[in-house]
Amino acid sequence: MKKFKWLSAFLILLLGSLLLFACSEDGEGDEEVGSSEDDEVIEFMHLWPEGSSAQHYRIVNEIIEDFEEEHPNKTVDLQVYSNEQYKDQITVLSSANELPDVGMTWAAGYMEPFVSGNMFAELDDMLDEGLRDEFVAGTLEAFELDGVSYGLPLELNTTYVFYNKNIFDEHGLEKPDTYEDLQEIISVLNENNVEPISLGNRDRWTGSMWYMYFADRIGGSDVLTEAINGERSFEDPALVEAAEKVQEMVTNDSFNSGFNGMANEEASSMFMNDQAAMYMIATWDLPNFTTNEDIPQEFRDSVDYFKFPTVEGSGDTNSFVGGPGVGLFVSENSEVKDAALEFSSFFIQEWGERSVTEAGVIPGTIVDGESLDLPDMYVEVLEDLENATNLTLYADVQMSAGVADRHLELIQALFGLEITAEEFAEEHENALSEE
Amino acid sequence: MVNKVMSNKWFIILYLFPAFFLVAVLIFIPLLLTGYYGLMDWDGIGEMEFIGLENYINVVQDPRFWESAAHSFLLALFSTLSLAIYLAIAMILASKIKGADLLRKIYLIPMLLSSVAIAQLWIKVYNPSNGMLNTVLHWFGVENPPLWLADPNIVLYSIFIPILWQYAGFYILIYFAALKNIPDTIVEAAKIDGASPLQVALQIKLPLIMGVVKVTIVLAIVGSLKYFDLIYVMTGGGPNGASEVMASYMYKLAFSNNDFGYGSSVGFMLLLITLLVTIIVRKFTASKEEIQY
Repeated sequence: MKKFKWLSAFLILLLGSLLLFACSEDGEGDEEVGSSEDDEVIEFMHLWPEGSSAQHYRIVNEIIEDFEEEHPNKTVDLQVYSNEQYKDQITVLSSANELPDVGMTWAAGYMEPFVSGNMFAELDDMLDEGLRDEFVAGTLEAFELDGVSYGLPLELNTTYVFYNKNIFDEHGLEKPDTYEDLQEIISVLNENNVEPISLGNRDRWTGSMWYMYFADRIGGSDVLTEAINGERSFEDPALVEAAEKVQEMVTNDSFNSGFNGMANEEASSMFMNDQAAMYMIATWDLPNFTTNEDIPQEFRDSVDYFKFPTVEGSGDTNSFVGGPGVGLFVSENSEVKDAALEFSSFFIQEWGERSVTEAGVIPGTIVDGESLDLPDMYVEVLEDLENATNLTLYADVQMSAGVADRHLELIQALFGLEITAEEFAEEHENALSEE
Repeated sequence: MVNKVMSNKWFIILYLFPAFFLVAVLIFIPLLLTGYYGLMDWDGIGEMEFIGLENYINVVQDPRFWESAAHSFLLALFSTLSLAIYLAIAMILASKIKGADLLRKIYLIPMLLSSVAIAQLWIKVYNPSNGMLNTVLHWFGVENPPLWLADPNIVLYSIFIPILWQYAGFYILIYFAALKNIPDTIVEAAKIDGASPLQVALQIKLPLIMGVVKVTIVLAIVGSLKYFDLIYVMTGGGPNGASEVMASYMYKLAFSNNDFGYGSSVGFMLLLITLLVTIIVRKFTASKEEIQY
């Protein structure tokens, strides 16, 4: 009997020590990183895994190498997750107050809880040292809250309608300048049994872009933003008319059938397989239409784009729906905050040209398209950006998370003809006023 | 010696401890924490603020929640009803027909696929313009075949079909095993007494495996009430909430709307509802006597 008591005591001891060991391991690892005084280690987290975003991944690594070469006593510790994993990870880390020193965030509504939770460092002092002028006008503002900057935009996307030149030529069509032209094109295509526009509205933001453009052309570039900010009613006649135009497009069979049940990827593949003549998407898809070797050359040659047309004579075609994608943040509670700021500034300056030439990203910093060896479509888009009069940030990004979800649901209902344009506006007004 | 060891309460504790520890840490403590978070106003990132029962009161009054609950219960109903079909298939398979072994394996294949793969497969099947289903309907001269995943009136049923298909193999396997356990002598005796195959199935075999049937009913109902994955991948609860179930609503609130407090309270309600339904179902299906062959 005694033997067993010893054995059990031993087992309990073993189990206990194992547990202690398992718990303590993480803690010790962290200390090692923080305690070394001479060498500073900057933790950097990004969302471009080697598998799915090879070029992005490589550019980041090159920039880190250059940085470490210039700053021998600083090392960058890299963690990479894919998009959705990244979002989960950052939420979990922030609730444990262990954000990486430098990481990536989305603009406006997404970063609001982080800022109000005091997680992101203010970047204005750094920007005032000259960095501010590097950015395309309007991009930094998307990462501002109450006039304070918390993020450095890396990407900038504008939205266009891309079209298939072969299909247009086949039916003697030319790219439209007005909404009435577009209507004409759609009816010709429908008569010839060609799907005019592919739309994957299960993802909902895709439909939201159509609505936003109608609102912009009919009511001017500020009306939607003002309505979202509560400076104007969402039941403004222009916003109701924009919703009516969307429903007019739906009743005219402008979109592929069953669009509310289709994902954006499906719509995109319809367009890329010549099954639809037009497709609205932002410039993050440009590589698919220019440099991506996985897409047949023949298709890439047949794609062109047009700016969203004027509607009933009103609207400025140089006003765009779009916005910055991800931006860099620096953690407020970072132990190596100065080094982190230095790194993020270095990163921004290196990112612009490299990302556009090697990964086909339209960067948030100013790049001279003419001087670089770029496909024509890129040069045109960069030129459009220079001439842009306005950039309206995606509605669902502007809104807080709860309202954004309601907006997206209403978009789906509007496209599905489940509600009228008036109800659509009224429900928005309710959701915004409930906030 | 062994008995002496096993009757030592310290040893009992020692042996039970690892499992108990894991279950407590991984299941019960998070469960209680979820209930606790439900009392908070929390965006998942910043500070929590205690707001008492406000979230729970809101859930009870939230029409969206009850709508998604209704969808979950509808799924539970369909899952339970479909058990009858699975049982019939299992009975046919167990009656020594030719190729039963092969068929059993075929039926089991959907269970071996991951939910995401099944979802992708059925998204292709349901594709409104070039999906398999609508292409076949076109051949039969249907002019405007339904928009399976886009029409809010039918999307729920469109999703039920792959869900039921996915679990068919699982229940057939369980019934098959139970039926194989019935001694041949009983069936032989019934046949000699002149029972028809239908009588053998309904009056001999069914009562004998009733215990298993009751367990599968509970499994089907509980599984349906907390169902999430196919719906999340195929429609995300859309269009406009037409295929939202309790679990997808909870996920949306917590992770898309950044409302972890409210999401947690919905999660806790989901637990309470599932628990309540399980207790009720167990009560109704409680067996009075044990079956002995």
